[in-house]
Amino acid sequence: MNRENHRGYKFDWITIILFLLLVAFGWLNIMSASHEGEIQSYFDMNQLYGKHLIFLGLTFFLIVLILSVEAKFYERFASIIYIIAMLALVGLFIFGKDVNGARSWYGIGTMTLQPSEFAKFATALAVAKYMSDLQTNMNTLKDQLKAVIIIVVPAILILLQNDAGSTLVYASFFFVFYREGLQQVYLIIALSTIILAVLALKYGLIVTTVISTFILFIIYFFRRKKRSSMIQSVVILLICISFSAGVKLFYQHVLQAHQQNRISLWLRLEKDPILLEKMKKEEAYNLIQSEKAISSGGIWGKGFLQGTRTKGKFVPEQETDYIFSTVGEEWGFLGSAFVVILFMGLIIRVLYLAESQKSQFSRVYGYGVASVFFIHFTINTGMVMGLIPTVGIPLPFFSYGGSGLWGFTILLFIFVKLDSNKINEW
Amino acid sequence: MRKLLLLLTVIFVGLIFISRLFYLQVYKKEAYSLLEDNAISKEYDYPKRGYVYDRNGKLLVANQPSYDVMVIPREVEKLDSTTLNEFCKLLKITTEEYQKKLARANNYSPRLPSPFVPQLSKKDYAVLQEKMRKYQGFYIQKRSLRDYQTSIGANVLGDLGEVNQSIINKKPYYKMGDLIGKQGIELSYEKALRGVKGIKFIQKDIFNKNIGPYKEGRFDTLPQPGKDIKITIDSELQAYGELLMTNKRGGIVAINPANGEILAMVTGPSYNPNLLVGRERNKNFSKLFLDTISKPTFDRGLQAQYPPGSPFKVINALIALQEGVIDINDKVTCRQGYYYGNKKLTGCHHHKSPVNMNNGIAQSCNAYFVNTYRKIIDNYDDAGNAMNIWAKHAKSFGLGDFLNNDLSVGRPGRIPNGDYYDRAYGDNRWGSTYIVSNAIGQGEVEATPIQLANMAAAIGNRGYYYTPHIIKDIEGDTIPSRYTTPKYTTIDKRHFEPVIQGMFDVYNKGTAATLRIPGIDICGKTGTAENFVKIDNVKTQLTDHSIFVAFAPKDNPKIAIAVFVENGYWGSRFAGRMASLMIEKHIKGEITRTDMEDWILTHSLENEYAKPYSGKPFKINGETTLQVIDKVKPPKDDDLNNAININSNSTHQ
Repeated sequence: MNRENHRGYKFDWITIILFLLLVAFGWLNIMSASHEGEIQSYFDMNQLYGKHLIFLGLTFFLIVLILSVEAKFYERFASIIYIIAMLALVGLFIFGKDVNGARSWYGIGTMTLQPSEFAKFATALAVAKYMSDLQTNMNTLKDQLKAVIIIVVPAILILLQNDAGSTLVYASFFFVFYREGLQQVYLIIALSTIILAVLALKYGLIVTTVISTFILFIIYFFRRKKRSSMIQSVVILLICISFSAGVKLFYQHVLQAHQQNRISLWLRLEKDPILLEKMKKEEAYNLIQSEKAISSGGIWGKGFLQGTRTKGKFVPEQETDYIFSTVGEEWGFLGSAFVVILFMGLIIRVLYLAESQKSQFSRVYGYGVASVFFIHFTINTGMVMGLIPTVGIPLPFFSYGGSGLWGFTILLFIFVKLDSNKINEW
Repeated sequence: MRKLLLLLTVIFVGLIFISRLFYLQVYKKEAYSLLEDNAISKEYDYPKRGYVYDRNGKLLVANQPSYDVMVIPREVEKLDSTTLNEFCKLLKITTEEYQKKLARANNYSPRLPSPFVPQLSKKDYAVLQEKMRKYQGFYIQKRSLRDYQTSIGANVLGDLGEVNQSIINKKPYYKMGDLIGKQGIELSYEKALRGVKGIKFIQKDIFNKNIGPYKEGRFDTLPQPGKDIKITIDSELQAYGELLMTNKRGGIVAINPANGEILAMVTGPSYNPNLLVGRERNKNFSKLFLDTISKPTFDRGLQAQYPPGSPFKVINALIALQEGVIDINDKVTCRQGYYYGNKKLTGCHHHKSPVNMNNGIAQSCNAYFVNTYRKIIDNYDDAGNAMNIWAKHAKSFGLGDFLNNDLSVGRPGRIPNGDYYDRAYGDNRWGSTYIVSNAIGQGEVEATPIQLANMAAAIGNRGYYYTPHIIKDIEGDTIPSRYTTPKYTTIDKRHFEPVIQGMFDVYNKGTAATLRIPGIDICGKTGTAENFVKIDNVKTQLTDHSIFVAFAPKDNPKIAIAVFVENGYWGSRFAGRMASLMIEKHIKGEITRTDMEDWILTHSLENEYAKPYSGKPFKINGETTLQVIDKVKPPKDDDLNNAININSNSTHQ
């Protein structure tokens, strides 16, 4: 036996075990959240958990397929995969099926397929490919723009199909860009934008102006080159103020009423208790139900298949976006903290592996995988626990649905394949 | 730094999420209770409420089924006009009412059941039941109501009412719509009578649809039936007392001295307990409760605190003997009153003078007892100290404090002590002459009829009593030992005989000589108490209260009784007659003194009670003429209006 070949396939078992734990635990919770009446058989095709089990079976074929393809294939065909994915998104406008006002599905017989779930790994591949190109320099505005275009195209296509939640996922590539050399100033701008927006909405323009002035003054005072930065500081201050004003105007005039209410509830902007109650009834119904379900689980949880709120289907969409509420109710603090730790473990493991990659393509792709998982996990669980405003986005490996499960599996296992090949790279 | 940004963010977010979960699931979480979980509906299975029997086993309170027609508006199908007409006819409503009721139920909730026509009669129910399947969305719910087998004893038996929010907050056992004892034994024996309801836990979905038992019914409980109880009341004696009390206000309490069992507990005016059952309960209750003049819901036997008047004199005689300040043969001269120097402290009626203790009691001589009382107080250097000792003796007869028994209402009465007068007059700024009214049961002393009956029992027993109570037997349970252990007074047994002889002579030669019952040795004491009300802010005297306290027979007494008749004038006039009749009824089981019975049943005090509200000047006591009426007949059990009619006579204002 050839020594080279022996070293050729070394899959990272930690990642694979974490993945298996997540899908297995996810399936149990789908069973809890979706079963109607008594559970007759695990393979009951009339029940969602039975269907999900089929999806899981197919997933393992998919994994074998992904792992058996030559690692270089993914780098070589990244652009083509990306283009196919984009065409699939565009095709939705012609062949797509309308479900609840979103045009995100292809219908094939009784089956539906959601191309946006597959666009994620395609975009991650494309970004990796572009960034690892020797000619790309992330310090130039031109290349920065090109990179941004790669992620903006799917984002806009998905937004046009009325799936605002999935659009947000593409913002996670910022972490990738930053890792690959995007200037510090973008990070500062990104953070300042978030802080300014929250400040302006929560405390109004005057407070925001005072705080920005104060901070800029301190920065100006401690800087050595005073003369040139004087004008600069004033300009920045003006930008800050006009940005804050812009956010306010955007909030008041551009956002739809239900979006305004979600933000208002999140930042606790409404002071009138009657209006607040009304708003909670209209907008926060899911959230209140899901918080109640999680809270009622206590430390130990009510036990598998024993959640009274889950059984009574009190939390809408509890087998998809709100599946974490079932985890909280039936498995309690211990179970839900375990899930949080599993996800953190998976993301950190992928990050660790990404950093150890010799090829830049693999590293960037790995970073993309970690970022996409991170944003899904953060937004979904954060929303279900009531920490961030309501955004419809699935929890990887937990939420019911074939497209999602396969999309995330492909995303992860391409990286597992790339990683297994690192010993062969020089 | 570039390598660490995402890693640190992941760790940061992870920690925040775990803290949030900790906050939601560990810190903020209230103790999980199946009963509070609104995903689980609770279906209650109400047990049968216990029956109530009198001491002779006569059934007093049973249950009757009541049938409510319920509706779930969402499931109602539109009825064609013939079916609708037929249905309305069965329910005894018009079609307009049908539409109105349906709309109202729909307004409340289209999904949840609402009462449509409550409390059908058994007959209507029988006819309707067969046709019920024709009317989709309607069903009949059976409830259990009290069924009083008698028209008497409303104050004893009490009644049930729906729980209110404050009861639910205090006692989580009860849920909206549950019935609870509101008065009488229904209140004091609520827990034994009601039993424990069974619970079925049902898993509901978000649309409130039943999706099967919670955990296969593992936590469901079966109802425990309520216990039947037997009370100490003799329903015949009670009925007789209520008959005698007709057209009068006051109370009668009769106790068996041998064990403290309450034989009768009458208040006048009273009402038929069936008034407070079913559809008309609230209306009738308001009517009774808002009658603030004759106060039918006020139990005068238990709650009315009156100055006890002369019967209290025997307590002073006993205290004086115990304290050794008098001898039974000491004589006191009565000049139709008691004089302190030249000042007449209290008056007295005309009788032979001087008197010893026996005649002092028999003739109810005020001078004798003021003299005795002053000796008790002046025996000590400090009047305050003396009053405290006096009060301790008096209280040992169950006076001046709650009896702590099993009746739902009661009052403490008042026995003043040294502190009481220190507060009123200042420390050491008073003496025996300030408080001589206590000698004759007027002034600051107050007692309820049940306390006086108990006092008579303690005297009849020669120095002890059992706490008066109403429970005789609880199914499968024993009655508390505090009702079966005697409580001793502070007076030695030997001092009782001369006092009892005095009370015996009240009947032989004294103030109740005309009330003698052949063949029964009764010991009694008359009382006549002055009383005042404010009319237009002017203190006005009304006709005296008629009071009588007795026990019989003299040795091994079987009954001790106190009768109080408001504005009945002197003691033997109303109260004495009524007490004697009650004693005869209890001991002989029949009435031989029919002359006395006829007199009571043909004389009414309603005119007397109407006087203060007439707005005209009026006369009292000896200057009035007594109202004569047709002989009162015992009420029929189904005569609901009896009580209400009586009350309407006196509701002038």
